[in-house]
Amino acid sequence: MIYLQIFIEFFKTGLFAIGGGLATLPFLQNISDRFGWFTSQELIDMLAISESTPGPIGINMATYVGYKTAHFLGAIFAVIGEVTPSIIIIVLIAHYYMKFNEHPKVAAAFYGIRPAVTGLIGAAGFEVAKVSLFNISKYLHTHNILDIFQVKSLLLFAVIIFLLNKYQKHPIYFLLGAAVIGIIFKF
Amino acid sequence: MKELWKLFITFCRMGAFTFGGGYAMLPMIQKEIVEKNKWATEEEVMDYYAIGQCTPGIIAINTATFIGFKRKGISGSIAATAGMVFPSLVIITVIAMYFRQFQDYAIVKHAFGGIRVAVAALVANTVLKMLKKSVKDSLGLLIFGASFLAVAFLDVSPIIAVVISATLGIVTKEVRTGAK
Repeated sequence: MIYLQIFIEFFKTGLFAIGGGLATLPFLQNISDRFGWFTSQELIDMLAISESTPGPIGINMATYVGYKTAHFLGAIFAVIGEVTPSIIIIVLIAHYYMKFNEHPKVAAAFYGIRPAVTGLIGAAGFEVAKVSLFNISKYLHTHNILDIFQVKSLLLFAVIIFLLNKYQKHPIYFLLGAAVIGIIFKF
Repeated sequence: MKELWKLFITFCRMGAFTFGGGYAMLPMIQKEIVEKNKWATEEEVMDYYAIGQCTPGIIAINTATFIGFKRKGISGSIAATAGMVFPSLVIITVIAMYFRQFQDYAIVKHAFGGIRVAVAALVANTVLKMLKKSVKDSLGLLIFGASFLAVAFLDVSPIIAVVISATLGIVTKEVRTGAK
């Protein structure tokens, strides 16, 4: 029952991914590792598309992953799975209208969770870098250490990091610019 | 029923016209919720946002659920959430349907070769920014490093990292207040 499986996996993602869209990335990578529903490379493409289309990134990713796995119904089940924990938790909080974020236990838990979430997104970023900046498979083939590095990609990476910190522009501009450069320089 | 429909339509509009989610949505929420419909005050929206950020799930969805619930209870929260996800479902499904047909063209391949590099840079940049905000002391640095290594190299489930770090946070605070 693929739909039930999708629902459960995205329910878990919605329940444990704290801090918004990008925080779902490590969980999706974990799903890809365990079920093989989509590849790492497809996941990066999805992230790019999710960032450059309207709507919450997390929902866009869930729709895309769900569709890739089991077409339209897959997308529906992925989105429902991802939002269900939010609805339950927020309704509970709104119902009791407790100042949830000011509760000392909650503050203490988040004191621990925030650096972990940064580490998780870092790990997901490492996977993205493995696919987009390095060429491990070519190295395994040629055993030439220089073949690991994709010089063009690393150069572009450095330029984008520099520009991101210099100009606070929306990600979509960087994605579009990178697409044009990719076409011109045949990435 | 009319109110539910209005919640759905209003959040639908927000879902369709904001790019990037999270903080990028805040100005739109303020305009639609505070100024136009007067469903909440500015302070309330900030509260919802803070709570949405430190509860599990997607911030935009948490905020939609909150406002929907305040207006019309559970059915209101479902109507608002459904509105928020509706544009994504339509737009992304259409893209996913046709992407496979395009992805074999050389030009699309090269474009995505470049785009993947940009994605790597965007993620790296986010991590750097988050590092400054989230790591406050040596325990934070330890939790960051351990969860990075465990998930990147040892294939530990991210769920385990979240649960352990939450426990560590609570225990450390308890010990520190106990010691005072």
